[in-house]
Amino acid sequence: MTDMIDTTVPAAPGPLPVQPPAGCPFDPPAEFGALRTEEPISPISLPDGSRAWLATRYADIRAILGDTRFSSDTTVPGYPLSGMTGGGNTANRGFIRMDPPEHTRLRRMVTREFMVKRVEALRPEIQRLTDELCDAMERRAGEPVDLVEALALPVPSLVISLLLGVPYEDHDVFQRLTGKLLSRTIAEDARESARVELRDYLDALVTAKEKEPGDDILGRLITEQQRTGEITHDDVAAFAALLLVAGHETTANMIGLSALTLMRDPETAEQLRQDPSLIRGAVEELLRFHSIIRNGPRRVATADIEIGGQLIKAGEGVVVAVPSANRDETVFADPDRLDVRRANAQHHVAFGYGIHQCLGQALARVELQVVIATLLRRFPTMRPAVPVEEIPFRTDMAIYGCHSLPVTW
Amino acid sequence: MKITLDADKCCAAGQCVLIAPEVFDQRDEDGVVVLLDAEPPAGQHAAVREAAAICPAAVIEVQE
Repeated sequence: MTDMIDTTVPAAPGPLPVQPPAGCPFDPPAEFGALRTEEPISPISLPDGSRAWLATRYADIRAILGDTRFSSDTTVPGYPLSGMTGGGNTANRGFIRMDPPEHTRLRRMVTREFMVKRVEALRPEIQRLTDELCDAMERRAGEPVDLVEALALPVPSLVISLLLGVPYEDHDVFQRLTGKLLSRTIAEDARESARVELRDYLDALVTAKEKEPGDDILGRLITEQQRTGEITHDDVAAFAALLLVAGHETTANMIGLSALTLMRDPETAEQLRQDPSLIRGAVEELLRFHSIIRNGPRRVATADIEIGGQLIKAGEGVVVAVPSANRDETVFADPDRLDVRRANAQHHVAFGYGIHQCLGQALARVELQVVIATLLRRFPTMRPAVPVEEIPFRTDMAIYGCHSLPVTW
Repeated sequence: MKITLDADKCCAAGQCVLIAPEVFDQRDEDGVVVLLDAEPPAGQHAAVREAAAICPAAVIEVQE
């Protein structure tokens, strides 16, 4: 097939595949399997009619994300912005949409906050929050409980609010706005108004914290970076937006999907109950298996670069299919099977790859380990309260998962 | 086995610390990788190779 592709992107290719196969909500779009073997770098159409390349093989995806000549700067001409969630381009776009050296400078202002030992020190607090939410669920025994609302969303939301120094009472505001920002199906003007509303909310929050900076991430950014002239008020707000949005939707959806797969796989659930040391590997495997990032990451080539036998020209955009890389049979044997003892599960690219790899990954890992182990231990008979085909899966969102997950026990 | 680091490229993902905590650490000010043992004993070799393979910024170089 590849010899049929001109180096210019051919006319009218299909869109980015997003629908899971019928009846298989845990599998990535079926198109990826064929693309990996037949056309691993293939042209797609973006919603505005522009073109980009779709990468589906593990090795190619690591090559792209590991090469800074593939730029993350959304202002570089040719960057595949169309269909991207999170809002359009702004002056304060956050460091995930930048390249070195500016990306490195800004990212390193917050990397220490999420390093392994800092996050491990939070484990008892994460366990305490999880236990409290589980206590509240227990008091509702006998009625269907939405696991997303009762546990999956509150744990990461509480934790990131605490770390940033954002009042948790505001969670309705930022959860509602984040939901709009990450929707693929929302109208562009509605997304823009959500972005403006979030910007105004964070602007007021940062202004309040400038008067009284607390012992938290935003407080430290203000006292150590803003007051010394390294960054501006707007930069602090951009940090807040990025960390708040990235900090709760991702982990929340991993919790929901993981809980559901384990309810449907009682044998694996029992193994995890019997041997708690399996939980770390199980979380890596769940991250690989579910690969919830479904709309990128994206890059634009700043030079002519050959990837997987295909020339990608300077100025052409690339969309990377994380779920496809993580089901690549040349890397993961029997990739469609959930195997919590898989030796190379941690080779997954669920957190991305390259210098932009998820900043909060150590925190996500601990939250998932604590919440999943606690759920298995405290609610061994938990099951979906509705047939699986009635569970609303997030095929309309940039981050896959369940909109709600009614459970009983 | 001899390990060298190109710490300037480190993005502080911390995966090396999770995989080989006796060999790698993160410095307090920014989470950038610190080498605890440049010539680790044989029992650590598999973990070090794994850390080098997973490192998202290709910071860890292993000579054997």
